[in-house]
Amino acid sequence: MAKITKKPDKEKIGVFLCHCGTNIAGVVDIPALAGYTRDLPGVEMVDEYKFMCSQPGQDLIKDSIKKHKLTKVIVAACSPLMHENTFRKACEEAGLNRYCFIMVNNREHNSWVTEDKALALQKAKDLIRGAVARAFWLEPLEVKEVGVNPNVLILGGGIAGIQAALDLAESGRTVYLVEREQSIGGNMAKFDKTFPTLDCAACILTPKMVSVGQHPNIKLWNYAEVDEVSGFVGNFKVKVRHKATSVNFEKCTGCGICQEKCPVKRPSEFDEGLGNRKAIYTLFAQAVPNKPVIDRVNCTYYIKGKCKVCEKFCEPKAIDFEMKDSVEEIEVGSIILATGFHLWEAGQMPELGMGKYPNVLTSLQFERMSNSSGPTLGKILLKDGREPESVAILHCTGSRDVNYHEYCSRVCCMYALKFAHLIKEKTKAHVYNFYIDMRCFGKGYEEFYHRLLEENVTFIRGKAASVTDRAENESESGKLIVMGEDTLSQKLLRLPVDMVILTNAIEPQLDAQEVARKFKISCAGGGFFLEKHPKLAPVATASDGVFIAGACQSPKDIPDTVAQGQAAASAVFALTQRGKVELEATTAIVDEELCSGCEICLSLCPYQAISHNAEKKISAINDALCKGCGTCAAACPSKAIFARHYTNQQILAELEGVLNERI
Amino acid sequence: MQAVTPYLEVTDAIMEAGGEKLKTCLQCGACTGSCPWAPVNGFSVRSMIRLSQFGLEGIEKMMWECSTCKQCEVRCPQGLPIIDVVKAARTVFSQGGLLPGPLRNVVGSLVSKGCPWGGEKEVRYDWMAGRPVPDFGPDKENLYFTCCTYAYDPRNRKVGEATVEVLNKAGLSWGVVKTGEVCCGEAVNKMGETELFGKLKDTNHKLFVDHKATSIITGSPHCYHTFTKEYPGGYKVRHISQVLADAVDSGKLKLSKSLLKKITFHDPCYLGRHNGIYDEPRAVLKAIPDAEFVEMPRNREDSLCCGGGGGKIWMEVPAGERLSDFRVQEAIDTGAQILVVDCPYCLTNFEDSRKVLNAEDKIQVMDLVELVKTVI
Ligand SMILES: Cc1cc2nc3c(=O)[nH]c(=O)nc-3n(C[C@H](O)[C@H](O)[C@H](O)COP(=O)(O)OP(=O)(O)OC[C@H]3O[C@@H](n4cnc5c(N)ncnc54)[C@H](O)[C@@H]3O)c2cc1C
Repeated sequence: MAKITKKPDKEKIGVFLCHCGTNIAGVVDIPALAGYTRDLPGVEMVDEYKFMCSQPGQDLIKDSIKKHKLTKVIVAACSPLMHENTFRKACEEAGLNRYCFIMVNNREHNSWVTEDKALALQKAKDLIRGAVARAFWLEPLEVKEVGVNPNVLILGGGIAGIQAALDLAESGRTVYLVEREQSIGGNMAKFDKTFPTLDCAACILTPKMVSVGQHPNIKLWNYAEVDEVSGFVGNFKVKVRHKATSVNFEKCTGCGICQEKCPVKRPSEFDEGLGNRKAIYTLFAQAVPNKPVIDRVNCTYYIKGKCKVCEKFCEPKAIDFEMKDSVEEIEVGSIILATGFHLWEAGQMPELGMGKYPNVLTSLQFERMSNSSGPTLGKILLKDGREPESVAILHCTGSRDVNYHEYCSRVCCMYALKFAHLIKEKTKAHVYNFYIDMRCFGKGYEEFYHRLLEENVTFIRGKAASVTDRAENESESGKLIVMGEDTLSQKLLRLPVDMVILTNAIEPQLDAQEVARKFKISCAGGGFFLEKHPKLAPVATASDGVFIAGACQSPKDIPDTVAQGQAAASAVFALTQRGKVELEATTAIVDEELCSGCEICLSLCPYQAISHNAEKKISAINDALCKGCGTCAAACPSKAIFARHYTNQQILAELEGVLNERI
Repeated sequence: MQAVTPYLEVTDAIMEAGGEKLKTCLQCGACTGSCPWAPVNGFSVRSMIRLSQFGLEGIEKMMWECSTCKQCEVRCPQGLPIIDVVKAARTVFSQGGLLPGPLRNVVGSLVSKGCPWGGEKEVRYDWMAGRPVPDFGPDKENLYFTCCTYAYDPRNRKVGEATVEVLNKAGLSWGVVKTGEVCCGEAVNKMGETELFGKLKDTNHKLFVDHKATSIITGSPHCYHTFTKEYPGGYKVRHISQVLADAVDSGKLKLSKSLLKKITFHDPCYLGRHNGIYDEPRAVLKAIPDAEFVEMPRNREDSLCCGGGGGKIWMEVPAGERLSDFRVQEAIDTGAQILVVDCPYCLTNFEDSRKVLNAEDKIQVMDLVELVKTVI
């Protein structure tokens, strides 16, 4: 039989039993539990209350700590996730160290999972006995505070990053906005109109881009990437790589003559391959900054060693073929990741004819086509230059499909409606939308759907199954044949059309995992960055001081993206305004005597909080990064690491308490 | 399954023929769920609309199942004018006389005789002979419009006769233009024969205008509906139930005789759901001394269609599918001895069902005016 080896008479433990209305008291016999608990060693007093988390409940704890000079407090109530902080605070307000408190989960672990009252009482007794046994071993821990650097790094200059940057810059913070392309703007810069209001994307985006470019508090670093991040909340060190643009932006006036003269033609990535660009190029006419860069892979000079036409025509002598990447280290207190999404190309769905038939377009290709500054100057045209007479828009291309992406890409229904409207507005074509469900969830969205119904678009409920060019009669020749069932009339439809537009799934950026690793955050199931809590902490992450905003967190529309940009900005603002952060005291420590320097812990730590001290040949743990998860302590073959608040002694005592009827 | 290609020309034609809201249907099915025909013969308005949205085969059969009772429309969450769509589909598909057989006769009769019942023009006013029916003229306040059904159908003729008595008793200034009236055209309009309807409308409207009519009384809710909703207007139109309710309320018409019976009232679709007249007939019935008024479970907005609207009064409906049979049974189940109606189609259908159900000794079917005549 296990015995408590510490002297019980030294401890005065107070145990508080919460009824949680009838949630706990309806199943667990509280008076019987109280009677039992009173007789446990070290227990000075036991009390019960309807709702311990309420103000009177907390006051009861505080008063008891003072009155009975309690040294440890146990509350048997709900999950610690729910109210551990509440009770820790109550203890501290009564002068008791917050780590001298234990919470017993008598609800989720007990009353909610059984209807058997006898067993419930038994389990409650076991859990409390375990907590009492552990309480003897608890030590007060010191909570450390560190300062917070007010500067902020924002990665990604889409609408999410732009909005966050502007809000923070306005609040007086210095913002480093790092964007890997030559211009900020992200995907929104490619659009023609935006649902559901149909404002022109450029009209609402460019003013913000210009403000970013001009704001004295924003350091806009385009054509740059983050190489390395170290440090912790409030004190990050970030190495930013300025990629060689081959153009000296200080000298360049943005006149554009170099682009005009460059002899190289390449498909334009910004125009989704529908138009061409030069080897020296800006992304688009309203780019910020509006300075070109040289694409060294395709530039004749870099390939063959001669050409330099651009240099010849550049009056301010801004071309610099010898320019090298440069790395700059900055210090920031907080980070916002706003790296956005990648559009899935749908190549893996050969049945839809992407890449096979030139008149099958991706959604972003259609955006560029419809954009008046795009490759067709806003005209909806087939490859042969004709206007289409009929267009099919296929929803859920690779979304809601276990073979590709299980999730819903969330914006496709709405932009498919937008496309239908634009086609109706610009051509005389019949428009068919093949959909599984119409998801028009946002403000004004259902109304927009209704508007499209009124505009005489034909909605077919059913997922288009295939696109071919196999004509069966004269009238179908030269057309794309879309097959699918209208599940509402239960008719198999054969639809000859001129153009097919896909609604390609929205994916995480291809390098999302790598970025997540760099910034010590995780990715969720679909590969998007994982938030701390899906409802209550949507822009925070498991890594303190690192926030996420926009489509990098999950597919979302512009209103939600902007809201998250602002949410992240306000979270950063709150953090930097306070100027200090408390560090969790429940970290791991290394017993230098016992550590053999085997480095097993290094690779296991999910927070990269452990480093190797080469001099002493031992592991060293950074308190600011350690989350106290205990992985290292469990794995250490020399038992040289222990986790504060979860020492071996504490855990074993609790186990013994739970398992042995008598302690 | 044979693949089909949508034929949007048909869709467009239906939209042009008055079904312009066709595409706004979200196919939720609230219409079929509300339709009185769906449970008896499987008719799905939703499917009919779906086929219309794609111009696919099947519309031409389904569209004749609808009796335009409006139960679907009042519940449609999109506010889709479903009857307009049905009517437009009929217009498109019956072009060139492609009507079901019985309706072809109706149209023929309307074209040559101005009435749907095959009755000759010359005898239209014969039922008035020997009755105190004033001629309408400048000295008369109200023009009473004689529905064709009252003029030619023997059972309904009794309603006309009762009307003469009641109007006179109420001391109303009224009269009939005893020549030149034609069918109001309501049914033929719903059958999609818009051109023919236009002619009928023009004829009657001209008659009203020529006679400087400012106030018109109709016996049939269908005439009432057409005059108020489809005619150019310029005159006040009242249904007879409204006139009676007024007269009773103002004391001009005294319901003095006792009626020791249980009575119930059937809301005709075109009086109730189409025109919102629910209270007036009830006010009259409740004013009858000693009569006990009971409601049927389905009343007012939920009233069950008799099955005779939209041209269906002339079409054969198989036994077991006749809505009027269900309705008369519902009335009998309330324990009422008299089922009161206020529409010639309902009266015709219910009299029929009474016989089919062998219920002639259980329940009597009467028009509101007929009943009033017995208690004044
Ligand atoms: C076809 C289509 C049409 C749409 N139409 C609409 C519409 O009409 N209305 C609407 O509300 N929404 C629409 N959306 C949704 C809209 O695109 C998103 O809401 C929005 O773009 C998300 O913004 P973001 O800033 O999060 O990401 P993005 O726009 O993707 O921007 C991310 C930025 O981060 C940069 N970046 C990425 N990785 C790194 C890195 N490692 N380092 C540095 N920089 C990096 C990228 O270059 C980019 O500039 C549409 C989406 C699609 C696909």
